[in-house]
Amino acid sequence: MLTTELVDTATIPGWGVDADPKNNPTYPIRHIEDQQTRGLTWDRPAIQVPDVEVLRSIEHNRLPAVVGTSTPPSGVSGAIRRYAFRRSESDWWHWLLLMGADRINVVEGVVQDVARGRLPNIPAEMGARAEWRHNKTGLARKVGTLIGVGAALYLALRREGGPAIPHTPDLADAARPAPPAPL
Amino acid sequence: MPQIQHPEDAIVRVTRSCICGSDLHLYHGMVPDTRVGMTFGHEFCGTVEQVGTEVRNLKPGDHVLVPFNIACGKCHFCQQGLFGNCHESNAQATAVGGIFGYSHTAGGYDGGQAQYVRVPYADVGPTVIPDWMDHDDAVLLTDVVPTGYQAAEMGGIQPGDTVVVFGAGPVGLMAARSAWLFGAGRVIVIDHVDYRLEFARVFGPAEVYNVREIDDMVVFLKKQTDSLGADVCIDAVGGDAAGNAIQTLLGTKLKLEAGNAIALHWAINSVKKGGIVSIVGVYGPTGNIVPIGNVVNKGITIRANQASVKRLLPRLIEHVKAGLINPKAMITHRVPLADIADAYHIFSAKLDGCIKPVLLPNGQ
Ligand SMILES: [Zn+2]
Ligand SMILES: [Zn+2]
Repeated sequence: MLTTELVDTATIPGWGVDADPKNNPTYPIRHIEDQQTRGLTWDRPAIQVPDVEVLRSIEHNRLPAVVGTSTPPSGVSGAIRRYAFRRSESDWWHWLLLMGADRINVVEGVVQDVARGRLPNIPAEMGARAEWRHNKTGLARKVGTLIGVGAALYLALRREGGPAIPHTPDLADAARPAPPAPL
Repeated sequence: MPQIQHPEDAIVRVTRSCICGSDLHLYHGMVPDTRVGMTFGHEFCGTVEQVGTEVRNLKPGDHVLVPFNIACGKCHFCQQGLFGNCHESNAQATAVGGIFGYSHTAGGYDGGQAQYVRVPYADVGPTVIPDWMDHDDAVLLTDVVPTGYQAAEMGGIQPGDTVVVFGAGPVGLMAARSAWLFGAGRVIVIDHVDYRLEFARVFGPAEVYNVREIDDMVVFLKKQTDSLGADVCIDAVGGDAAGNAIQTLLGTKLKLEAGNAIALHWAINSVKKGGIVSIVGVYGPTGNIVPIGNVVNKGITIRANQASVKRLLPRLIEHVKAGLINPKAMITHRVPLADIADAYHIFSAKLDGCIKPVLLPNGQ
C-alpha cells in the first residue's frame, strides 16, 4: 500500500545508534554539521529576469537565480529542444532529442550564413591550415580518400543512369532461386 | 560586448584563455544542447571592466582568474563547498552546475574564448591574481590544476599507494603530480600518444605506458601490481578515449552512449578490490556502458565530480608559491584568438607536441 505520510523516526527501535558522522565515507566533503539549511531555504541571490527564452529542466521547481542567455532556442532545432525539455534528465530521450536538435542546428547555421551572403569556409573552420603545417601526410590521405570516394560515387551514379549498361537485373531476377550447386 | 544582466555580474576583458580537453567533447558534438552561435571557453583570466550594483569584492581594473564553475555561494550545495554543483546557476539541468561556455546542458553561458565575458556571481568565484603570480599559472588554476588535484584528493590516496592515471592530458598530468603530494608511492600514467607520455614521464614524474603497445590493459596493470591491482585509479580521459572499437562505435560515432567509456572500464577493472576509482573525465549525460557488476563484486568506491575550484584555490595558490606545482610548464602553444580554428585542430588531432594551448585575445 502506497502512503504519502512520513514515518516518525522516534517510533523506530535503534534509530540512529550508529550514525556517527566520522564513519560516513563521504566526509569531510559534506560538513553537514555546519550547514545552515537542509532544503530549499537558503538566502537566494537577486533573481535575474531573462529577456530571452530559457528552457528549464523539469527537475527544477523554479528558475535558478541566475541563468545563461547565450543562444535562445530557435527554428526547427528550437522546437525539438522545447519538446525535449518536457522530459526529465533521467530520460534517455531527453538527451537523444537534444543531440538530434544539435545536428539540425548545424544545418540551420549553414543556411543562415548563406542567407546572409556568407559562404562558410568549412576547411578553414576545421583547421586545414594547421593540418597542412603539422600533418601533411594526414592531409594528403584525407584528400585522397575524399577524391576516391567522390570518383567511386560518380562512376556508380553514371553507370546506374547511363545507357552504357545493357541489362539491369530486375526484381524478378533477384527473387528467382539460384540453381542448386552441382554435387 | 556582453551586458550586465544581474546585480552580481561583472564584465571581464579576457587577457588569456585556454582550450581544454573537455572543449573537445563539445567540438566533437558529444555534449547535448551545444547550440550554434554559442561561445566556448571555461578557462580564462582577465581584467574587470564593469561590475553590477551588488558586487563588493571586485572593482574595475582588478586582474582576476575566473573558476570554470558558476556558483552562487549561498545554496545548499555551495554551503558544502560543492561549488561545481551549485543549484542557482543552471536552468537546463540539475545534475551539473553552471559552467562558462559549456553548452546549455551546463547553463547556456557564453565562455571566455572571446574578448569579453559576462561573469555572474562575481563576488564568489573570481579571485584577484596575486602580484607575484605569473598569469600563465593563473589561467591554469581556473580548471586543469584544481581538477587534477581534486582527482587525486577524491582517490583518498594513502602514503605508499600505487596510483594509476588514465590520460596524459593536462588534467592527468596534474593528477599524477598531485598524487605525490598526497603521499603516493608509485604513479603510473597511461595514454595512447607517445609525446604526451614523454611529457608525463618528466612532469609527473611518472612511470608511463602506451595503450597501443599493450594487449590487455587490465592484465598488464595486474602484473605490475603483484596481481592485486592498483590502490587508486584515476580516469582523466572521459568520453574521448581511444583504444576500443565497440566503445568508439557506440559512444563516439553513433553517440548512443556518453562517449567512449573504455578508460573507465580499465579503471574499474584494474583497481584493487576495495580500492577507489576517481573520475574527473567528462562524460555526456546519456547512458554509459559501465561494468557495474565488477564495481559491486570488488567493493570499489567510485568518487567523481566537477572540481570545486573555489574550495581548492587557497591551497593551490600556496602550492604554486612554494614551487610544489608548476602549471605553466604544461603550456606548449600560444595562439592569437583569431587563429582559434587551427588551435582546436592542433589540440584535437594531437599535432605538433601539443599539451596545452593558450589563446591570446589581442594577438600578443
Ligand atoms: Zn577545462
Ligand atoms: Zn550555489
